[in-house]
Amino acid sequence: MTSIPRLPTASLTTSCRPVFFSGEVERYLLPGVDLESDGSDRPTLLLPFQSSLLVITSHRLVFVDEASSSAREIALSAIIHAFPLKKSMSIRSMFASPRVRLQVSISNDGTISEKGTKSSVITLVMRGKNTDPDVFYGKFMEVLRSREWELTASADQGSTGLEGSSSASGVNDLRITMPVVGVSGILRKEQEIWESTDKNLQDAFQDLNALMSKAKEMVQLAEKMRQKLLTTGSNSQGSSNDEEMGSKQDMQDWLLSVGIASPVTKETAGALYHQQLSRQLADFVKTPLEKAGGMITLVDVYCLFNRARGTELISPEDLLQACALWEKFDVPVMMRKFDSGVKVIQNKSHSDDEVFARISSLAQKPDALRKGVSPSDAAFTLGIAPALAKEHLLSAESRGLLCRDVSAEGLRFYINLFNEIDSANIYTIKSHGLLNAWHLATTVSG
Amino acid sequence: MQKLGEFKLPPFFNYPPYFTLQPVRETREKQVQLWKDLILDVCRNQKIFVISLEEDFPLFSNPSIERSLSHEAKVVFLSALVTDGRAEWMDKGHKKCLILWMRIQDWADYILRFVRENGLEDGVMTVEDIRSGFETRGTELAGIDRGVLMRALKLLEQKGKAVIFKGSSADDEGVKFSA
Repeated sequence: MTSIPRLPTASLTTSCRPVFFSGEVERYLLPGVDLESDGSDRPTLLLPFQSSLLVITSHRLVFVDEASSSAREIALSAIIHAFPLKKSMSIRSMFASPRVRLQVSISNDGTISEKGTKSSVITLVMRGKNTDPDVFYGKFMEVLRSREWELTASADQGSTGLEGSSSASGVNDLRITMPVVGVSGILRKEQEIWESTDKNLQDAFQDLNALMSKAKEMVQLAEKMRQKLLTTGSNSQGSSNDEEMGSKQDMQDWLLSVGIASPVTKETAGALYHQQLSRQLADFVKTPLEKAGGMITLVDVYCLFNRARGTELISPEDLLQACALWEKFDVPVMMRKFDSGVKVIQNKSHSDDEVFARISSLAQKPDALRKGVSPSDAAFTLGIAPALAKEHLLSAESRGLLCRDVSAEGLRFYINLFNEIDSANIYTIKSHGLLNAWHLATTVSG
Repeated sequence: MQKLGEFKLPPFFNYPPYFTLQPVRETREKQVQLWKDLILDVCRNQKIFVISLEEDFPLFSNPSIERSLSHEAKVVFLSALVTDGRAEWMDKGHKKCLILWMRIQDWADYILRFVRENGLEDGVMTVEDIRSGFETRGTELAGIDRGVLMRALKLLEQKGKAVIFKGSSADDEGVKFSA
């Protein structure tokens, strides 16, 4: 009597994308999938939800249910055998949903996992419209055959030349050799590493398929280099000059931006392209948003996102559509258009009132009362980009908080005093209040 | 406190945004109101009847804060006065503006009051007398714009309070007031 096989839970991001392990790459997406245990006349459902989105990665099958923001997984290593597709021509089979049967290994507690002692057969039912079972099967077998989960395991043991220097001993090495050998010693060591990296890169570019599998290696490489840069930078005995530090900083920033090893492409996601892209974008945009103080222009996001993807760049239309789709999902970010037409992405929790309060208090400082606030002044104080600062100032103006001043010095904003002036008593200034504060600030200088 | 001749300028005259046409409706309305009042006050004080946009009008700039009104702004403020009936464009190109810091009707009333208070009913005065004569010295009528005066007198004529006629010399007219 076989018990019903159980699937372990899989973690999802806040945008309902699977959380990928290091080295794991997304390969194919298929919507409308059910999982049933095989055998009896009444097949049992193995997932607590129906019609899930199946994400095939280099390491797992992840079944995602967006409605409940939950997911289950099957490690590819637990799949003993995939039965070939049945090619029967009966009328019944033409109208039935295509099925793929898999033999999976089961551990003692009934969970589908790699080193189980028992096995069971389960059926993948493809209920999505426009599903081509042959294409799916082809992709699935390709992924199974490449057995990438084994590659990652062995790579961690240290096969590439960089591995040695990424461990703690590597850091110590640098610390010891530096005072002895100096900059030329580091340069020589760097040279050796770069030569092996160079060969690595050359191999990768021979074959595009090989490139794709090297993609995650490249990201690992980038990450290691970044770590090394960080430790080198903090260990230097103040010997680095400004130029060196500047280019190190550039390098660091560049490496940081190489973050996405698994781009959602039209090929992997098919009809779901925009949906999955939209979710991936929502995940990606979180870090830049934080760095930029909660708001970032769409143009900047376009550049950052494409840079991180590396290949399979998205078009501006794709980006717009992806942002527009956010309305349909429960993601913590949103797109917003200012009156001037500038489009930005901001956190849903972003508060306009809070920004206005800060602008208002900035505009009431004595310097600002005398000379006003320019977009760059506001950018500096608020810690955001000048273009965005200008948008905020314009919004504050349309709310009646600020007034504009156009002169040879350009556009500046002052706190709105028009509301404080009494038309019937234009010469009187009440002793407390904004008008008085302005008057004091501006007449002290004569 | 800044002055324009004898006129004391209000504090907000030194507020730079006062000289930039405000785009936000509510703010604009307040700004226009302040300019309308200021223009009328200054013109009344300095007996200015015509503002020419082709010449510099001291009120429209403040050198101490290095700001002056753009042409567009001047037109907006003067047009607002025209809409209120306190000014009139003198030409199609809107280059010269007649400022009625007292309305024609008010001038007519003023003249009538002046005539009564000075017992000049049934008397005859030349238009030029009214403008620059001895009797009107120290009153608002001294230095009044000739065009404005004529219109006020014509208004009185319509009401039967005065009669305008050609005078003895070719280029002057006379007015006879009736009680």
